[in-house]
Amino acid sequence: MARAAVLERLIPPRVSIVWHEATVTEVVVESRRARTIVFAIPDWPGHRAGQHLDVRLTAEDGYTAERSYSLSSAPEDGVVAVTVDEIEDGEVSPYLVEEVRAGDVLEVRGPIGGHFTWSVDEGGPLVLVAGGSGIVPIMAMLRHRARRGSTADVRLLRSVRDPDVALWSAELAALTPAEGLQVRTTWTRRAPDGWDGPTGRITEPMLADLGPAPDAAPRAFVCGPTPFVEHVADLLIDLGHDPARIHTERFGGA
Amino acid sequence: MSPITRGFRGRRPDVDPARIPPGQYMTRDFPVLSAGPTPRVDTATWQFSIDGNIAGHPVTWTWDELLALPQETFTVDIHCVTKWSKLDTTWTGVSVDTLLAGIDTRSQWVTIWCDGGYTTNLPLADLTGGKAWVVHRYDDAPLEPAHGGPARLLVPHLYFWKSAKWVRGLTFTPSEEPGFWEDAGYHRRGDPWREQRYWSD
Ligand SMILES: Cc1cc2nc3c(=O)[nH]c(=O)nc-3n(C[C@H](O)[C@H](O)[C@H](O)COP(=O)(O)OP(=O)(O)OC[C@H]3O[C@@H](n4cnc5c(N)ncnc54)[C@H](O)[C@@H]3O)c2cc1C
Repeated sequence: MARAAVLERLIPPRVSIVWHEATVTEVVVESRRARTIVFAIPDWPGHRAGQHLDVRLTAEDGYTAERSYSLSSAPEDGVVAVTVDEIEDGEVSPYLVEEVRAGDVLEVRGPIGGHFTWSVDEGGPLVLVAGGSGIVPIMAMLRHRARRGSTADVRLLRSVRDPDVALWSAELAALTPAEGLQVRTTWTRRAPDGWDGPTGRITEPMLADLGPAPDAAPRAFVCGPTPFVEHVADLLIDLGHDPARIHTERFGGA
Repeated sequence: MSPITRGFRGRRPDVDPARIPPGQYMTRDFPVLSAGPTPRVDTATWQFSIDGNIAGHPVTWTWDELLALPQETFTVDIHCVTKWSKLDTTWTGVSVDTLLAGIDTRSQWVTIWCDGGYTTNLPLADLTGGKAWVVHRYDDAPLEPAHGGPARLLVPHLYFWKSAKWVRGLTFTPSEEPGFWEDAGYHRRGDPWREQRYWSD
C-alpha cells in the first residue's frame, strides 16, 4: 500500500521559528556572481547541515520580499552563513549579492527544513548531486563531515556552467584527499583549460560511474534548479535507486 | 514593524495587492517543490480510496471511474509556503464534496496520502463546501507528473503543501494526525492570509 511506503522522517525538535535581527559580519566573494553572507544572530538555536533560512527585506514604504536560502556553514562553524547566486532580473538575489555589506541588519528566521538534512551520526553511503547553486546545502554537509572527522562514504557530482561561476573549487579540492570522499565535476558550457574529465549535462553513465551502486542503499541528496532535480532524480530511479532514499531540494527557476 | 533594509526598494507586482497574502510574491512560472523524486504513476492500476474511520467498507474509484464523475473547471489563486503565489490558475477535477457524498463518518480529521509516501492532514471542514478538489487537468491539459499528475488534491485557500501531489486517498482519523510537513515543524492548518507557515506562527 502506497501509504506504508513512508519517507524517512528526520523530525527536527520543535524549536520556534521566529524572526531574528541578523547583523552581517562579513561578505565573501565566492564567484563572479555569488556571495556568502555571514551573520551574527543572537539566540540562533543551531542548525543541521542541509537546512535553510528565510530572509525578509523591507523597503521604506513597508513593502517586503522574502526568499529562502540554504545555510552553507556547517553546524560546527559557530556562524550562520548563506551563499546567494545572483539571478539576473531577480528581485532579492541581486540585492543580496551586490548591495549587502558588513554592518547591515537583515531579518532572518530559521533554521527550517527537516528532510534535506544529514548528520554524520546517520553515516553513509551518500550520493550528492548538485546543479549550480544547489551545491550550497551540500557544501554544508561536506563541511560538517570534515569538521567531525567522518570517514563516511560520500560521493559528490556537481554540474557547473563554467569555471567563472563555480563555487568552492579550491575548498573541494582541499577536502578530497580525505578518506571516503570523492568529488567530481561536469562542466555544461565551458570547461577549464586542459580539462579532460566529464562535460555536458549529467547522464546515466556518469551517475553509475560515481556510485555507490543501489545495492549499497545509499541516501541521495539532489539539489538545484527544478528541471535539473527532475532529470537527476529520474536517472537515479532508472539506475535502481530506491525513490524513498532520494531527497530533493528544488531552488526554482528554469 | 520590520526594520527598513538599507537600499532595498523591491519590485512590486502590478496586481491588486489584496490578492497577495502577507510575505508572498507573485510568480508567473510554476515552481515545483517536493521532498523526493516525481513518482511514476500508471493510471491503468491507479485507484483512489476513502478509508479509515468510516461506516462500512472503504470506497474506491479507478481512473476511469474518477473521470466519469461530475467534473468542475474553475480558476483560483494558489499560495506556496515557500513564498510564491500564482494567480488565476485553471484546473479541472472532481469536487471532494462529490467524493464524500456517500461516506458516513463522525470523524472530523482527514489524512491525505499519496504515491511516494507523502501525507498531509486537514480538518474535514477545510475539504468540504466547495473548497477542495481532486484535479487532473491544469490549463486545459493533463496535469504534468512534476505538478502532481495524474491527479493531485487542490485546496487553494490553504498553503499549497496541503494540495498533495500524486494523491491516492483520504483516510479519516479519529483525531488530528500531523502529516509530513506538519510533523516537520510547519503549521497545523496553514492559512496564507494569517501567514501560518510554521507551527509557532
Ligand atoms: C529551500 C530553498 C533553498 C534555497 N537556497 C538557495 C541558496 O542557497 N542559494 C541561492 O542562490 N538560492 C537559493 N534558493 C533560491 C532563492 O530562494 C531565490 O529563488 C533566488 O535567489 C531567486 O530570487 P530573486 O528574488 O532574485 O528572483 P525572483 O524575482 O524571484 O525571480 C526572477 C526570475 O528568476 C527566475 N528564478 C528564480 N529562482 C531561480 C533559480 N534558482 N535559478 C534560475 N532562475 C530562477 C524566476 O523564475 C524569475 O523568472 C533556495 C530556494 C529554496 C526554496
